[in-house]
Amino acid sequence: MATLTMPQLGESVTEGTVIRWLKQPNDQVALDDPLVEIDTEKVNVEIPSPFAGTLSRIMVEEGQTVPIGTPLAEIQGTGEPAGAEQPSGDRPAQAPTAAAASAPPQEPMPQTAQPPTGSARGAATPKLSPVVARLAAQHDIDPATLRGSGAGGRVTKKDMLAAIEARSAPPSSEASPAVTDAPRPPTERPAEDRAVPETPMRRAIADHMTRSRRTAAHAWLVMETDVTALVAARSARKDAFRQSEGVALTYLAFIAHAVARALQQFPRLNATWQDGQLFERRDINLGFAVDVPDGLVVPVVHQADRMSIADLARAIADIAARARGGGLKLHEIRGGTFTIDNTGAFGTALSAPIIHQPQVAILTTEAIIKRPVVIPSTDGAAGGTDALAIRAMMNLCLSFDHRALDGALAARFTGRVKKIIEAIGPDTPIH
Amino acid sequence: MTQTSIAEAIQSAHREIMRDDERVILLGEDVEAGGVFRITNGLLDEFGPHRVFDTPLSEAGFTGAAIGAAIGGMRPIVEIQFVDFILPALNQLISEAAKMRYRSLGTWTVPLVVRAPYGGGVHGGLYHSQSMEALFAHVPGLKVVMPATPTDAQALLHSAVQDPDPVIFLEHKRSYRLIREEIPEPLPSVAIGQAALRRDGQDIAIIATGLALHHSLAAAQQLQAESIDCLVLDLRTVLPLDKPAILNAARHTGKVLIVHEDHLTGGIGGEVAAIIAAEAFEHLDAPIQRLAGPDVPAMGYHPALEQAFLPNPDTIAQAARSLAAY
Repeated sequence: MATLTMPQLGESVTEGTVIRWLKQPNDQVALDDPLVEIDTEKVNVEIPSPFAGTLSRIMVEEGQTVPIGTPLAEIQGTGEPAGAEQPSGDRPAQAPTAAAASAPPQEPMPQTAQPPTGSARGAATPKLSPVVARLAAQHDIDPATLRGSGAGGRVTKKDMLAAIEARSAPPSSEASPAVTDAPRPPTERPAEDRAVPETPMRRAIADHMTRSRRTAAHAWLVMETDVTALVAARSARKDAFRQSEGVALTYLAFIAHAVARALQQFPRLNATWQDGQLFERRDINLGFAVDVPDGLVVPVVHQADRMSIADLARAIADIAARARGGGLKLHEIRGGTFTIDNTGAFGTALSAPIIHQPQVAILTTEAIIKRPVVIPSTDGAAGGTDALAIRAMMNLCLSFDHRALDGALAARFTGRVKKIIEAIGPDTPIH
Repeated sequence: MTQTSIAEAIQSAHREIMRDDERVILLGEDVEAGGVFRITNGLLDEFGPHRVFDTPLSEAGFTGAAIGAAIGGMRPIVEIQFVDFILPALNQLISEAAKMRYRSLGTWTVPLVVRAPYGGGVHGGLYHSQSMEALFAHVPGLKVVMPATPTDAQALLHSAVQDPDPVIFLEHKRSYRLIREEIPEPLPSVAIGQAALRRDGQDIAIIATGLALHHSLAAAQQLQAESIDCLVLDLRTVLPLDKPAILNAARHTGKVLIVHEDHLTGGIGGEVAAIIAAEAFEHLDAPIQRLAGPDVPAMGYHPALEQAFLPNPDTIAQAARSLAAY
């Protein structure tokens, strides 16, 4: 007998909702057969069966939301991977993640026979890994109060991180909602107000934004960019581009291309802050904020620095369309290293975005507005005359995590993006 | 876009190095005719018999001669036909080459490169399949590199020849023509002692060398579909080890799987595991795991025995799955 548990489907995901069972009790299930559809905050994914056998019991009904690691179903293994038979009786059912087939390692890992740690505190003390022990001490969390998602119910590093995150979520962090199930007191509400039903996405956004504001030392800058030449370069080619490529040649594609170039030169901006440590990331994976009904998704274009402007136009159009249509794959919302938010599409002239954790910076591209601009004389020292011109101007706004970098570097990076954009001309290659 | 093999990359490196530096000579068994793996093909024609020459079947003799030449100001490259044949030269390498700088208070150094094909998977049987990096990694005074990609093979041979001290340069023979890539121009410089992050990931760090690196990358690809996100670190040099890179990988993921083809016991994986246990203990979320060649005397000739010996993407993925579930 093997147990399928709610898998961890993202870096900061703590729970998931069963949307639909694709198999029914007593159905035969082959290895990797789609078994259940799960909604986790931002994507719907089909979970392939990690076991072969007969689906014997469904433990979480459709529509229910449960924490990571909760058993979802049991599969009676006829064709379980070799060696997966449990020793008789004394060992508790393993709780592998959905992704983990249950065949044993080549060299057996130390696994102790112990009750799942979700049970009483007084029971045998569960084994703690060094990182779990350290996090428990640092954050004053008793691991025995958590439900472990590891083998034999072991509390894993991910479980600890989820508990730390969950505990610090509400403004008053006295109580720890991750470990106590005390019901919240009902709030008095006038009858005429509409209570907005909470969606997984709304809650995920709320958690994420407050966590980012709380942990990252947000600092902000804005830089004016002259996009007159970009506007001309784009309008000269956009019709031919749409005809040949079938998608629009957007300003965003040009800007994303410039950002990827600049990130190559400023790796500190292409970084993540995780588990108390800063990592400069090798790949440049650009996230793009996409608005969806009552929410926001940040799909990722991986290795954007290897793409041409045309590639980026296609890739952004593709993920944006699928973000709105609900067809994103899991890897397409993971692994971002820097985020671009095209707030200018809604007409804003300045925005102060919140950093998409665990990244260290986010850039907004603001509305392109024609303005009178003073063009300094090129021979100003010799007494030349300054001129007034009508130029297409755009603001670039950068929020950055002051823990990871300082203002001078942030300004140099944004200045680099500005320079690259301003150098775009009629001959800039787009393919 | 030209896809260059590891064999071609190493041959190009020889040409570049020998054109640049007249002190570089190449000696070994059958190198005049191009060698068993055709690495030295054509070098005799280009550089002549005074710089490219065959030796007798006497590894101790010609390695010793090369050490003497190195002390005397030459920059010899010795090709050992198979690393399995290097054992007669160990006394020269361990007792002379590795110790010369120390013993002469830095007066003399041995800028020698010993190239040797290692590893199985080509039906080489008992005497043409061994991995011996751990043997040399135990000897202070030597450097031991094991490039896994064409670019690294080409760049690291440059670094090895420029190094003032003896470098053992190990080439996985199955990878010679199997692994190809476009080599960037200009050729990047790769310093000895630097690992390379080949893939970033959150859940498990797979640390590997040589051909096992490519198997590990294939395993990581498989596991991505199962939402197991693997980081893959290519050690590239096993002496000295790149401790910061190893510790970063361990701290980032908390779970480490070390993969090499050499025997498990006394293999380089034990050293990597010890470094992590000593300096990243409080970041570990699972026991460090090793997947390596078994502790049997040799890789058998029969294909079934050979396959049973070698790590492959499936065995690596399986070990990683178990680690993920821990």
